[in-house]
Amino acid sequence: MTKILNASREWVDARFPMTKMWDDHLAKYYAPKNFNFWYYFGSLALMMLVLQIITGIFLATNYKPDAELAFASVEYIMRDIDYGWLIRYLHSTGASFFFIAVYLHMFRALLYGSYRKPRELIWLIGMFIYVCLMAESFLGYLLPWGQMSYWGAQVILSLFGAIPYIGEDLAIWVRGDFVIADATLNRFFIYHVVAVPIILLGLAVVHIIALHEVGSNNPDGIEIKKNKDPATGIPIDGIPFHPYYSVKDIVGIAVFLIIFSAVVFYAPELGGYFLEYNNFIPADPMKTPEHIAPLWYFTPFYAILRAIPDKLGGVIAMGGAIGILFLLPWLDRSPVKSIRYKGPIFKVALFLFVIAFSGLCYLGMLAPTDIRTLFAQIFTAIYFGFFILMPIYSKLDKTKPVPERLT
Amino acid sequence: MKRLIITLILILPSIGFAAGGGVALQSANNDLTDNESLKAGAKLFIDYCMGCHSADYVRFQRVGKDIGISDEELLKDFMFSADKVGETMSIAMDKEDAEKWFGVIPPDLSVIARARGTDWLYTYLMTFYLDSSRPFGVNNLAFPDVGMPHVMWDIQGWQEPVYEEKDGHKVITSLKLIGPKDKAEQYKTDVRNLVNFLEYIGEPAKLHRLSLGWKVIAFLFIFLIFAILLKKEYWRDVH
Repeated sequence: MTKILNASREWVDARFPMTKMWDDHLAKYYAPKNFNFWYYFGSLALMMLVLQIITGIFLATNYKPDAELAFASVEYIMRDIDYGWLIRYLHSTGASFFFIAVYLHMFRALLYGSYRKPRELIWLIGMFIYVCLMAESFLGYLLPWGQMSYWGAQVILSLFGAIPYIGEDLAIWVRGDFVIADATLNRFFIYHVVAVPIILLGLAVVHIIALHEVGSNNPDGIEIKKNKDPATGIPIDGIPFHPYYSVKDIVGIAVFLIIFSAVVFYAPELGGYFLEYNNFIPADPMKTPEHIAPLWYFTPFYAILRAIPDKLGGVIAMGGAIGILFLLPWLDRSPVKSIRYKGPIFKVALFLFVIAFSGLCYLGMLAPTDIRTLFAQIFTAIYFGFFILMPIYSKLDKTKPVPERLT
Repeated sequence: MKRLIITLILILPSIGFAAGGGVALQSANNDLTDNESLKAGAKLFIDYCMGCHSADYVRFQRVGKDIGISDEELLKDFMFSADKVGETMSIAMDKEDAEKWFGVIPPDLSVIARARGTDWLYTYLMTFYLDSSRPFGVNNLAFPDVGMPHVMWDIQGWQEPVYEEKDGHKVITSLKLIGPKDKAEQYKTDVRNLVNFLEYIGEPAKLHRLSLGWKVIAFLFIFLIFAILLKKEYWRDVH
């Protein structure tokens, strides 16, 4: 039996680099041995991507991208399909948990300088993934064809109208109609299930290939490749990803799934944060809801949009808030990568940034009032200040000496 | 650090700004596991609501199976407009006519409990009051200027608003039942049963979801123990 298996492997290896890929990316990919809690979220994000694709395929078998039928087809899935409710909740809760994993994954990069040379490209590819993910969830949110689906999309697509000269025509071109309508639903569906997922999957692969080319960063921000065993050429502080991190990630997956299941089974709406109550009312183009808010993972940017009194200015600020993230690798001028060796200025700046980002996330969910808008403006200033001033304060900051080896 | 804590404290009040509007909601206190209540609610729904409201996504047979009504009983006592148990709780009223009569099309009630919440529905059904300025002679505290008449008046009777002067405005402080009060408790129970039924049709799989959840989570905990042991075993040689 073993003989047959070995022969089969050799047969494949002569034709396809199966063992080579296994070794390059798993069995002989040497990762630093000191990964901590924050290093779970990459594999968790990958798991959520797979889960979204699988549940999405099952949903698409019964969903109907037709303005007359869409809302009813979702309820059909919830009632008449065996375990349809479970698939749907996995998908809707999965979207939020995907973002939770991605946000924590990005925060990890911020903590340990994982975007610094030589990993700038990994960060950039990751940012493209993030933008695709936002597009993907925005497109998907229209599909249940509830009030929030409809008006959320209406608000966001109307932002195109703020672009001078071509704005209105562009908005109509994107919608395929003068308002959000059947034509919009149809195209959003096909973008959501085909176009964007293909790009997402491709980018995820490229992200991992780029990572494995330069090797993983770690909580110390030290390059383990600088200390190689002279005999074997293997980093002394490195351990093979498989089996060490594959078994460790299973622990992370189990914990994550426990929390995930608690929400799926006991709070799939999560008080309106994961499934908005208004979205249980079918889309009605004649009736604008009193309060339109996107889901929580968009609200920081939505709050920035509203914080600027001018519509075009708001759109630019919102776009800028995402765009500035792309520049991060070149804004950080600190001689060290990891927060462990950075000075107090960076720590305070990061702390303020976290407050501002969470504050914007919270404010974006609420209807604006004067005091809330003021807070949103302060948080917006902190958000941009964190990045724009980074070249200055990261240089000024007093850093600690970085050790030679992992601690 | 101290300054940061102060900043945090300053930010905290913004969390308190989240305000809801309107009337204080009364608690529905309904129980999804109470099949008798659900049956009574189903009967009320069919007798009182389905004149104008549909529940297009709900099938009679599913309701029967979930809350314990046999097909024969369904056909005899619950189904007047449909004759096959697999049919949905749809109605024949023409939507254009409905708009002419009520000003709005009465919404489908399949998922109304998920959109409005059970407490809101309970409060809504409890707070119809006489208001001669409205086309049907009634208004509602939870839903001001509602287009719907007080359909269950024959059980509850009529309520009059009690006004009080506040900052120069007349404000309704409470509602007073006029006429016989013997059915007041009965009406509360009826509304509770009806709201219970509405919550059930909002998500028929809810009880199944709740009972499946802890099994999945229990399995994951056991899985987690093995995952931790496996990790420890593999990591013994990493120092």
